[in-house]
Amino acid sequence: MIFTLASRELRSLFLSPLAWSILAIVQFLIGYIFLGQVDLYLQVQAQLSAMQNPPGLTELIIAPVFSNAAIILLLIIPLLTMRLIAEEKRNQTLALLLSAPISMTEIILGKYVGVMGFVFINLFFVLLMPISLLSGGNLDIGMIASGLIALTLLLASFTAAGVYMSTITSQPTIAAVSTFGLLLLLWVIDWAVNINSNQATGVTPYLSILKHYQPLINGVFKSSDVTYYLLFITTFLVLSIRRLHADRLQH
Amino acid sequence: MLEDLTEITALHSLRSQHETLVSVKEVSRYYGKNKAVDNISFDVKRGEVLGLLGPNGAGKSTAMQMITGNLAPSNGQITINNFDILDKPKNAKANLGYLPEQPPVYKELTVDEYLTHCSKINRIAHSHQRDAITLAKERCGLNSMSKRLIGNLSKGYQQRVGIAQAIIHSPAVIVLDEPTVGLDPRQIREIRSLIRELGNDHSIILSTHILPEVTATCDRVLIINRGKIMVTETIIGLQQRIQSSSLIVAFQHPPSNDELSQFDGVLSVDKIELGRYRLHHVPEIDPSENIVNQSVNNNWRLTEITPEKLSLEEIFMDITCTENEDIDMTTKAEETV
Repeated sequence: MIFTLASRELRSLFLSPLAWSILAIVQFLIGYIFLGQVDLYLQVQAQLSAMQNPPGLTELIIAPVFSNAAIILLLIIPLLTMRLIAEEKRNQTLALLLSAPISMTEIILGKYVGVMGFVFINLFFVLLMPISLLSGGNLDIGMIASGLIALTLLLASFTAAGVYMSTITSQPTIAAVSTFGLLLLLWVIDWAVNINSNQATGVTPYLSILKHYQPLINGVFKSSDVTYYLLFITTFLVLSIRRLHADRLQH
Repeated sequence: MLEDLTEITALHSLRSQHETLVSVKEVSRYYGKNKAVDNISFDVKRGEVLGLLGPNGAGKSTAMQMITGNLAPSNGQITINNFDILDKPKNAKANLGYLPEQPPVYKELTVDEYLTHCSKINRIAHSHQRDAITLAKERCGLNSMSKRLIGNLSKGYQQRVGIAQAIIHSPAVIVLDEPTVGLDPRQIREIRSLIRELGNDHSIILSTHILPEVTATCDRVLIINRGKIMVTETIIGLQQRIQSSSLIVAFQHPPSNDELSQFDGVLSVDKIELGRYRLHHVPEIDPSENIVNQSVNNNWRLTEITPEKLSLEEIFMDITCTENEDIDMTTKAEETV
């Protein structure tokens, strides 16, 4: 049932120009950044060969690309998730799902999996760029894998937050803006702490999305970082399901 | 052995004829402090078409949303085919088809794609999907529209797609919120006969504020006003209420008013024009036979005798508009319609 709902969600996405333009624009932007990094690498190649323990191709090109892809998609994901429930509420099509023999959990997971399908398609095209470097050099596959896991988890978290924001309003734009606000807040939440001291203390570093992302794309795989993302996703999906239930109750 | 079997099936169908499919018990619903539905209870049996009638804002849609699980009742219990809508929502909803006020269609899909999706979310087995879709399209007259985008269809056709969606899994209970809104007169007739046809082996609850629709399609009527059930009545009972309590009579040689008021059951006599009167009488006693006999005996030359029927509309106004402000509200509502 989840996949039935997910496939409709994905199909509807591709029936509108939104999905295609997002794919094209993300690809263009990341491609441009990627080329910039390759250019930079070629410029510093001579100096690198003089170094004793030079950073590799992966560190110099792929980690920055992943890092920038995260920021670009932070801007894009809210636009994908904003319609999920909010638009169904506004067009009053949610009744179709609510009066069918489907549980709330299936509705939320169906929609979530649908958008994640699109995110994976996007990721696949992003991944093609680093892979193309294999034709001319050696890559640290472990580091790429770690970065890929990080980016996947990050986008899955963005999507989960977006789904939740979409359940609390019937205005897609409000859903998009609040998702964007929440994600950006979690992105910058420990910046102030960083200025005061190098040694981050308090609760903010735990909350920061960035703090858990940076080590992973640099190849430092900590289970606590992965757990952070998994908890983040679960929390927002559970909240969405609760929210959908609560909509039927007393206002 | 075979006889036994037929007997059992006959017995079964007999029992299922009277089986209660929808049961609503003491259900209320508040929006904030505003009580939209106030302690309503009713049952719907298999093969029965129940009409919910009431002015705008009476709580019809809220009641329907609760029956279909789109809203949770503030208190009370609703069961569909003996499954509680809140405790066993999946079982209850599998027996339920719902057409909300706005047909819940995805405008970016074609009719076929949409109905395929609906058959999937209603868990119709894969092998039966094609048949179910064909049947639903045929019943709603959508065959020529299969490949059209729903967003490009007219309101009437979108409404039909909405009905097709509600009946696609052949549910025991079909709930239709104003099913004929936005249709042209021919389509209205088609949909009404479809509702009658479906009413043979399903339970149907429909809401409307078009009064003739009720007499055309329903077996029983609930009149709701301000969230309360004012009247529960079969169509036959309602027609009895419609029975006249006044007569129009005309004579060439009219008798005096006094003579007319002497008849059994006559309460008052109004003179309409020369020789033409309106007689108000108690509903239980019909004085027309006496009048005819007296007219022959006294040579009054009766030329006209017509029982004046109260229209359903008048009854409806009678029941729902007890205060002046109500009438204001209803007329306003009619204007907006």
